[in-house]
Amino acid sequence: MDKILELENVTKEYKNFKLDNISFSLEKGYIMGLVGPNGSGKTTTIKLIMNLLSKNSGEIKVFGLDNSLDEKAIKERIGFVYDDNIYPLGLKLSKIALLIAPFYKTWNQELFNQYMKKFQLDPQSSLEKLSKGMKTKFAIVMALSHKPDLIIMDEPTSGLDPIFRRELLEMLQEIIEDGNCSVLFSSHITSDLEKIADYITFMDKGRVVLSDTYVNIVENYRLVKASEEIIKKERNKFLSYRCNSFGGEGLCKNWHSLQNEYPDKIVLEKPTIEDIMYYISKREEVEC
Amino acid sequence: MEILISNSSQKPIYTQIADQIRKHILTGRLKDGDTMPSIRALAKELHVSVITTKTAYQELEREGLLEAVKGKGFYVSAKQGEALKEQKNVQIKKGLQEIIEESKALGISLEELIDLVKRMYS
Repeated sequence: MDKILELENVTKEYKNFKLDNISFSLEKGYIMGLVGPNGSGKTTTIKLIMNLLSKNSGEIKVFGLDNSLDEKAIKERIGFVYDDNIYPLGLKLSKIALLIAPFYKTWNQELFNQYMKKFQLDPQSSLEKLSKGMKTKFAIVMALSHKPDLIIMDEPTSGLDPIFRRELLEMLQEIIEDGNCSVLFSSHITSDLEKIADYITFMDKGRVVLSDTYVNIVENYRLVKASEEIIKKERNKFLSYRCNSFGGEGLCKNWHSLQNEYPDKIVLEKPTIEDIMYYISKREEVEC
Repeated sequence: MEILISNSSQKPIYTQIADQIRKHILTGRLKDGDTMPSIRALAKELHVSVITTKTAYQELEREGLLEAVKGKGFYVSAKQGEALKEQKNVQIKKGLQEIIEESKALGISLEELIDLVKRMYS
């Protein structure tokens, strides 16, 4: 398998935050979603990959190359969408493209024009006049117009309406269809990831809690609803749980054994990514 | 070939896809040697992840209903489908036998049983 992105034991320390021993990898041709609560380290991780921050230790390889030694060669092939606007506000969109294009050998002006049309962006309007969502659309156009082999997006869908979000997801699927391009994107809107992500990496408090295929994650975990008595008795089988006056629910990994033991007394549900994120962030000292 | 996915179903999406392709093979809508859409094209069309369609195809490959040809893609292998159909027929006959015997024991007549089946079938 061709690994397009590999992080191994990456650590970055701040005064009051530590990205602790992060490892995960992404294969060629697949989409990975990076999820986690605010402040869990998603943006820091992405910035480390982009070499916008320097790591304290560990190894980051993109296209099999070291991300700081071969930064230039790597960035040619990455399409990056920041969570904030990075382009000069006073300029026309066409002017910005003119400025940025020479940095990429593979810049495709025709593709740029096509995307601008598709996203209904006027090349003659100036960036400051655009709404937040339109700015994001423009950033996406800029990221895609040099035919990248890896697309990295930090919260791309957060300012976008549901219609465009769906269009963006469809476009990403079209782009990866030939199997040569991969996508890593962080998002709070977990339903977006549920639709198209092949892999999900959960982060919490600066650590990777779980990184696996979406299919495996949804198969391995169940939301278990049961009486407080059962939950308290089997508490070590739960990642975490919460109880109310009518019973309780929790996230469970070895749910088959519970199902066998209490066939008529518990309700099992397929968890959503949001459920998993919630219960993972609520857990105290449970390993996955 | 229709494949309809329900997001609210308890069945995983890859199982839903595999079930429906299997049905198309067993009912003859997909024939021996037919080319299947590529894993990636199917994922794009259905708006599901690539691994989902891959898992579905792998399940059918294990059952012998699809055949993977390296570098070319997946083909329908309906011969295995015939055998599977035969096998399922035997299962159904066995199940029916049990139901008939139980009905006899409870005094349910043939007409009543047929009526019940008719109502439940539709």
